[in-house]
Amino acid sequence: MSDIHPKPAEHVAPLVRLGRFLKDNPVIPLIGFLFALIGILELMRPGIVSVFWAGNLIKFAIPLAMLAAAQVLTMLTGGIDLSVGIVATCSAFVTATLTPLIGPAPAMLVAMGTGVIVGLVNGFGVAIARVHPLIMTLGTGLIATGCLQVYQRFVISTGTDIPAVLEWLGTGRSWNLPNGLFLFIPFAGFVLWLMRYTGFGRLLFALGSNEKAAKLSGVRSWQVLMALYVLSGLIAALTGLLYLGMIRAPSLSLAVPLMLPSVAAAVIGGTSIFGGRGSFAGAMVGALILRVIDTMLTLARMPEGARIALFGLIILAVTALYVRLSETR
Amino acid sequence: MTPSDDPLLDAQGVAKSFGAVRALTDARLTLARGEVVALMGANGAGKSTFVKILTGALQPDRGHVRIRGQSAQVGSPAQARRSGLVPVYQEPSLIPDLCVADNLRLVDTPVDGFRHWLTELAHGDLRLDAMIRDLPLASLRIVDLARALAMRPDVLLLDELTAALPTDLVDRVLTVARQQAADGRGVIYISHRFAEISRLCDRATVLRDGATVGEVDIAPGIEDQVVEMMLGARIDLGKRAAAIARPRPEGRPRLRVENLAVAPKLVDASLALHPGEVLGVVALEGQGQDELFDALAGFRTPLSGRIEVDGVAAGFRHPADAIAAGLTLVPGNRAEALFRERSVRENIAMPFSARPGAWGPLRMRHEKARVAEAIERLQIDTRAQGEVQRLSGGNQQKVTIGRWLAHGVRTMLLFDPTRGIDVRTKRQIYPLVRELADQGAAVLFYTSELEEIPLACDRAIVIFNGRVVDMVEATEADEERLMRAAYGLTGSEGAA
Amino acid sequence: MSLVQRNAWTLGLLVLFVVLLGVTRAIQPGFGVSGLESLARAALPFAFATAAMAVVVIVGGIDLSVASMMAVCSVTAAVLMQSMGGVPAILITLAVGTAMGLVNGALIVLTRVPDIVVTLAMLFVWQGTALLILASPGGTATDWMRSAITGSVIVDGLPKALVLVALVVAVVWVPVKRSKLGLAIYATGSDETAAYRSGVAVGRTRTLAYGIAGLFSACGGLGLLALTGVGEPVPGPYLLAAVASVVLGGVILGGGIGGLLGPIIAVFILRIIRTILTLAAVDPNVTTIVEGTIMVGVVMFGAVLVLRSRGAGP
Repeated sequence: MSDIHPKPAEHVAPLVRLGRFLKDNPVIPLIGFLFALIGILELMRPGIVSVFWAGNLIKFAIPLAMLAAAQVLTMLTGGIDLSVGIVATCSAFVTATLTPLIGPAPAMLVAMGTGVIVGLVNGFGVAIARVHPLIMTLGTGLIATGCLQVYQRFVISTGTDIPAVLEWLGTGRSWNLPNGLFLFIPFAGFVLWLMRYTGFGRLLFALGSNEKAAKLSGVRSWQVLMALYVLSGLIAALTGLLYLGMIRAPSLSLAVPLMLPSVAAAVIGGTSIFGGRGSFAGAMVGALILRVIDTMLTLARMPEGARIALFGLIILAVTALYVRLSETR
Repeated sequence: MTPSDDPLLDAQGVAKSFGAVRALTDARLTLARGEVVALMGANGAGKSTFVKILTGALQPDRGHVRIRGQSAQVGSPAQARRSGLVPVYQEPSLIPDLCVADNLRLVDTPVDGFRHWLTELAHGDLRLDAMIRDLPLASLRIVDLARALAMRPDVLLLDELTAALPTDLVDRVLTVARQQAADGRGVIYISHRFAEISRLCDRATVLRDGATVGEVDIAPGIEDQVVEMMLGARIDLGKRAAAIARPRPEGRPRLRVENLAVAPKLVDASLALHPGEVLGVVALEGQGQDELFDALAGFRTPLSGRIEVDGVAAGFRHPADAIAAGLTLVPGNRAEALFRERSVRENIAMPFSARPGAWGPLRMRHEKARVAEAIERLQIDTRAQGEVQRLSGGNQQKVTIGRWLAHGVRTMLLFDPTRGIDVRTKRQIYPLVRELADQGAAVLFYTSELEEIPLACDRAIVIFNGRVVDMVEATEADEERLMRAAYGLTGSEGAA
Repeated sequence: MSLVQRNAWTLGLLVLFVVLLGVTRAIQPGFGVSGLESLARAALPFAFATAAMAVVVIVGGIDLSVASMMAVCSVTAAVLMQSMGGVPAILITLAVGTAMGLVNGALIVLTRVPDIVVTLAMLFVWQGTALLILASPGGTATDWMRSAITGSVIVDGLPKALVLVALVVAVVWVPVKRSKLGLAIYATGSDETAAYRSGVAVGRTRTLAYGIAGLFSACGGLGLLALTGVGEPVPGPYLLAAVASVVLGGVILGGGIGGLLGPIIAVFILRIIRTILTLAAVDPNVTTIVEGTIMVGVVMFGAVLVLRSRGAGP
């Protein structure tokens, strides 16, 4: 106990050291992995990889990466937001149906408002009633689905219209790159800044790393969680707007299929589902990787079921690996 | 060698480390048939780790534990039970949501034997369909003990069993334990109470710093010898001259506590802490000091009593309230205070961002300066950049203290800040504590290492069985005096 | 909580159910035997999903993949029944369900990843599996299966579907609960450390509890098939309903407390609320919202209760 010269553990097994390196810099191996996958894709179908293809890849990865941002932020605190798919759908549907009635700008504002409302309900359940975020966001998602169906019956006759700006963002290209980047680059900059250079971002890491220590430092966690889930709802609503412009066909399940890949992208990107560790840069690469895998599965004529099962297995395998790595320290 | 010549239990050279912390280095214990052996040691001597190894809940790094001469390692609690060792742990190992009968069935306990022992232990009227959750703590201990006895164990291990029991039940327990030995079985008895040990035990095995330092036969007046063994030859931690007589401070105290009771263990604590004063707290493990510090830091709500800060009554509902009142806690377990995966700087700067008003952009320059100052003052070795979990224990502890240095200190609550850290860091912490006080801070300082009291404190209160029982000036606080007080051998409570 | 109190909770639920039945009759005087029968039929898959969830919650876990396992079992049986008799198809389906549950449990024990994360991932794995077996609704149920849950048995007003639930739960759960395994399940859920110290094989117990949940999920899938007549690969809305019923039924999230009777009565309560709303001519979508809100409210209430008991505990 009374070692005069305590040494920091120097003899570290290579596997652990590799694990540490990957944990510190998840983006580097991920980018390598991404290019390896693209290489395999090119082998599967020579000539498929082109500038246009890359633009398309990025275009469809953007909404996924945005929803993954919501997952990264909530996962930092040890949470998750399973209502993002339905919130994005609500926001898109509301915008499309209200635009003919009240004009594009107010319609988009109302759409963002739906995100705030769902976020507040999630925040209340998670932060104050202390329901597990998984169950809570699943429940609000269900209620929101019901609300959307009721809403649809009232607006079914008014027709839909998609704001021109969203269409431009969703489908246009500048210099071969999708216009969605005009929204995404500032968005990504904001999320990265929030995580790194603000007190709020720091508290997200703190809550996930050690809630008791955060409490000891004087942090009232309910305040942070409340704000977090509202922010998550806002991100989902914003994604819905972009996705509406991209797909141009509002439906009641528009963005729902994006929910599972958004969780997978965050997990692949090195974000721990247990909290305290996460990287939005990693999640962005994760979103690209998932899109490439998607293309490969489509090329290989893999059925939808295999795709869903594979994403589930990826989440489980990466999480289990993370648990292993952090145990052998 | 015939089986009966083998000791019932024989543990030799047991060592166990947790990361860099060496909890046990060379623990030994033998128990013969018909014997009751006391296992003793001061806080942090490694007793609880040794118990876990003996009962199969932990595996030793080195050494062996043999039960009835069987050299097979005890791999799990179930295996230990099968080889004849049945423990009664400090926290009852009964299932709270099952009734008594189901708890018996779970470990295949014969009901008749159980009933017999219940009657022996004055609990004959206990219903077997009672839920464990609904039983008072004393009855839980008795049920746990009766269940163990009904298994007819060769080795019975009793860990602080009597701590929650009224005197008449303690007598019964001692009688039953003695009877076990008389029947040719063996008992390992762990307790802080000399009175019980001298009545019950034949021998005492004393642990210090993770090693068995001696075995003594129990005889009248043996207490002093055991206390000496538990203290041992100590490393010179600094100048004894540090304990200079300081006058008792006058005027309004920074912190006043009156008749504070906090569930479950603190019954009645009063103290006054003045600016510029370091008040030590001396207590054995689990005497209520945890509850005292938790209540002062806003982690627990007191049952009754009064806390005053600068003469104003305070009710803390959250640590944020306590911090606002200037009370900042360095907890005993570093793991509770650190964000392991985050950097030193973030760990120290965390309180800056706590209030919603500070959720915006970080004030980098301000933060950097304050953190650098704290690191400099504490001489934190930040060569291992990055995650705080890669620092040594001593440096981690400095980070938890540095957090409040950077934030600003008015009243510092230090709960065993030197537990499990290296001597060099310890030597840096005492003068720091004094320096804080000299600059006007008030410090409440609990330590499990008694020799630190005269080094860092002006005076110390002693807590025993949930009550403040004594107050010792640092100039008179030699370890023996403190140890005797901590064991309830002096002071108003006597040998309760 | 004492034994009496726990029975009081179940009894209270039963009284609530009877009161709600009265309300139903008041709104729709024609509600009688056939209404009761269709209520029981509709509740069938919910009841099995809830039984499955209750077992894993009692052992201290949670299984988010219940609805997906039901989907797998529903399509498995629907496909098998086209090529073989009903009985072997059912037996194979029950085995498949149990195996899926055991896989869930084993993964939790082996990977040491928390239950909620493993079963979230497995939710998608089983959902994908169901889609692989049958990409769109198809297959058939045998006629006797469909008639097995239609109508009443013994006396009018005792729905076959209800008897079936009671029978299956009794056959599976009662022997387990009486056995050493049942004891170990409750012990593990109540206090895992104490259970380990008492010599309970905690990992094996947990895996077996998930296996039982898989078996109940298989029953749920078969019930679903009997109800609709086709194998449905897309999981239904059973997850949240099961969690809410379990909480309302007096099983504490966190484990160790409660039984299967309370949660199953809770299923019927939640179902009859839906019936009442429908009879009161409420828009079916609004009904979904109300139902969802009730379920979320129940779960929140349960979470607050757990928080309280932990705060007040020693």
